[in-house]
Amino acid sequence: MEIPYIVETRPDTGLHNGKLGIWLFLASEVMLFGALFSTYIILRVGAPEWPHGELSVLLGAINTVILISSSVTMVMAWASLKMNDWGTHRLYLVATFALAALFLVNKYFEYSEHLGKGEGPWHSTFFAIYFTLTGLHGLHIVGGMVVMAYLLGPGAKMWKKNPDQFANRIEATGLYWHFVDLVWIFLFPVLYLL
Amino acid sequence: MDNVTTHESVAHSQAHDHAHHEELGFWRKYVFSVDHKVIGIQYAFTGLFFLLFGFTLMMIMRWQLAYPGRPIPLIGAWLGQDRAPMGIMLPEFYNQLGAMHGTIMVFLGVVPLAVGGFGNFVMPLQLGAPDMAFPKINMVSYWVYFLGGVTMLTSFFLKGGAAQSGWTSYPPLATLPIANGQTMWLIGMIFLITSSLLGSINFITTIVQLRAKGLSFMRLPFFVWAQFVTSFLLLLAFPPLEAAGVLQLMDRVAGTSFFMPSGLVVSGRPLTVAGNGNPLLWQHLFWFLAHPEVYVLVLPAMGIVSEIIANNTRKPLWGYKAMVYSVVFLGFMSFIVWAHHMFMTGMGTAMSAFFQTTTMIISIPSVIILTALLLSLWGASIRFTTPMLFALAFLPMFGIGGLTGLPLGLAPADIHLHDTYYVIGHFHYVVAPGTIFALFAGVYHWFPKATGKKMNETLGWIHFWGSFICINLVFMPMFIQGLGGMNRRMYDGGAQYAHNAGLLKWNLVIGFAAWGLGVFQIPFIINFFSSIKWGKAVDKNPWEATTLEWLAPSPPGHGNFLTEPIVYRNPYEYSVPGAAKDFSPQFEA
Ligand code: HEM
Ligand SMILES: [Cu+2]
Repeated sequence: MEIPYIVETRPDTGLHNGKLGIWLFLASEVMLFGALFSTYIILRVGAPEWPHGELSVLLGAINTVILISSSVTMVMAWASLKMNDWGTHRLYLVATFALAALFLVNKYFEYSEHLGKGEGPWHSTFFAIYFTLTGLHGLHIVGGMVVMAYLLGPGAKMWKKNPDQFANRIEATGLYWHFVDLVWIFLFPVLYLL
Repeated sequence: MDNVTTHESVAHSQAHDHAHHEELGFWRKYVFSVDHKVIGIQYAFTGLFFLLFGFTLMMIMRWQLAYPGRPIPLIGAWLGQDRAPMGIMLPEFYNQLGAMHGTIMVFLGVVPLAVGGFGNFVMPLQLGAPDMAFPKINMVSYWVYFLGGVTMLTSFFLKGGAAQSGWTSYPPLATLPIANGQTMWLIGMIFLITSSLLGSINFITTIVQLRAKGLSFMRLPFFVWAQFVTSFLLLLAFPPLEAAGVLQLMDRVAGTSFFMPSGLVVSGRPLTVAGNGNPLLWQHLFWFLAHPEVYVLVLPAMGIVSEIIANNTRKPLWGYKAMVYSVVFLGFMSFIVWAHHMFMTGMGTAMSAFFQTTTMIISIPSVIILTALLLSLWGASIRFTTPMLFALAFLPMFGIGGLTGLPLGLAPADIHLHDTYYVIGHFHYVVAPGTIFALFAGVYHWFPKATGKKMNETLGWIHFWGSFICINLVFMPMFIQGLGGMNRRMYDGGAQYAHNAGLLKWNLVIGFAAWGLGVFQIPFIINFFSSIKWGKAVDKNPWEATTLEWLAPSPPGHGNFLTEPIVYRNPYEYSVPGAAKDFSPQFEA
């Protein structure tokens, strides 16, 4: 016997295995970031004072725009695949990857500026939270980039053999990518604006 | 005749292998295997090893408690200067043993055996599935667990030794830079959490997607339901601990103060940390996982016991539906009771009242499940096989554990009982003579499926009765000690406090009972290994059971079933009136 419902959907659940898997994974991610946001709230409420204007709103805003655009290109990568347009799909996926890289470059400048001023995670509760949350989020970005690199490189071969399964993989990657984007949309106001 | 058919079917399944898959080399077949059965056995072996190891740590501690300050016999000389100079245990080493005993038993022993071992091996078979939904992820989850185990073990050999702040790792103590052990503990935990997450995604997907034709949710064996709810607990409760672990790691290596308050003075010197942290925050995050975790420890055990009771009473489970609804409800509730571990933190009466109420509510589904299992015994002509003995013992043992939990769930009583041996007695009754007995029952029950051989009944009988008597002698006196006010985590067994004077004699009783318990595991170990070779060969359904795993050959080949199984009925149709035999398997029309 072979494992069923890898590509086709199971009639009574309406899902294929990978789709359920990625949603479950995202549920656990919600709990992870939920706990971290709760930590932020509890520490902030208990703090005698809270610093304002420590971070560059401009850099943060640019990064927000970058990530939202990357979500759009990710959707386009999937949609063009569904329309059987392989060339456009590659273009959009490369664009998503490039935007992710741009986000990290931006982050690198932000980090090095603060570290240069001695404002590392040890400096205060605010910077502790800033570095931990954005650091973990950054790791998620890197994770997404690794997957995209795989799907652009060796993983792309699957398109020839099994186009439906490949499209499923792009879809799952997209779901993950939107989640990572969503986390940033929470992080930006919480850390830069409030 | 039966034997002949078995051999034929095994040959068949292997022939089938050749047809569909290239022959795998040794490494792919036994080490980096993606077959759920091999992975299950890997988990089970590793889990059993860690159970033995964690138990050994405890036997060493029990010497120090029975005879404080006397050189440890046999192994004392080997422990080295910074653990036990001249064989006499140092307090630091005692703390390491305690912290690592708890961590190893819970995260490296029981859960990997109950979920990784039994879940992986049995659950897909009971679903009639060829494998897990994501076989490669399954393999990764085992190896990440393995890395976590290695990380925990190596921490013993680092400078300063292993973690010393209990399995709960409360800051500020756990954050103080005294030993590297705690950093290793945190890294090890992050591995173990990652492994559980991968495992639970796989389990849920498998149960939802790979059920055989005709196997609706209300026809699932209770064991599968138990694994299903357990997986949700692992999936949703572990990430907050992962977050907490990362934060504590930041506190230890990056100089943050998430859990470190300002103005802390340690050994007469003010601590130079950023401050403004909140040590209670750790406790909340920890128990948000760790209370669901106790159900992770016990639900698979309930699942195993249910299978074995139905099989050996030759009756359907009484109240199967009520059990299913209870276990689902229990899963939900277990997320909102965590602060009953924190009544002593001064969190205020409103919070206490809330968590007392939820705690009382959550005991209802446990009682329903236990009652259903007890009533299932009513009027049955019971087969007292070794697995059944262990499964039967689970019921009163879990009962004692659960009932003693109720006073702990009420703040006025808990204020006296918190941090005493009473708490140790409570949870060990649930986990040791409860869950671990159920795990033994499962080993005896499914051994024939995994190996094609039966374990020896006489050795099993000795193992059971010896363990049963000893384990009660270990844990029953702890209630007496705890009610008398003896604290847990005492290096000298509590001798420094006058009010413990009359309670110290029990430390001797417990010590000897614990070592006796160790001795009675020898028949099990002998039985386990000798039965693989010399055990009585059996057919695919030696217990005359009804669930799908007994349709596959023993041991099942790659892909599990020779033909696609179809399910026609409920899981426990034993002694159906008018049927030709006293069991009507799910797979027979
Ligand atoms: C069914 C009803 C149960 C109730 C009402 C209950 C209640 C409690 C309470 C209130 C505590 C905290 C005591 C204190 O620290 O002062 C506690 C501790 C504990 N319980 Fe239970 N419990 C129940 C079942 C279980 C089960 C099923 C398990 C495990 C399989 C379990 C495992 C534990 C553990 C491990 C601890 C101690 C943790 C520690 O402080 O190291 N309990 N229980
Ligand atoms: Cu609890």
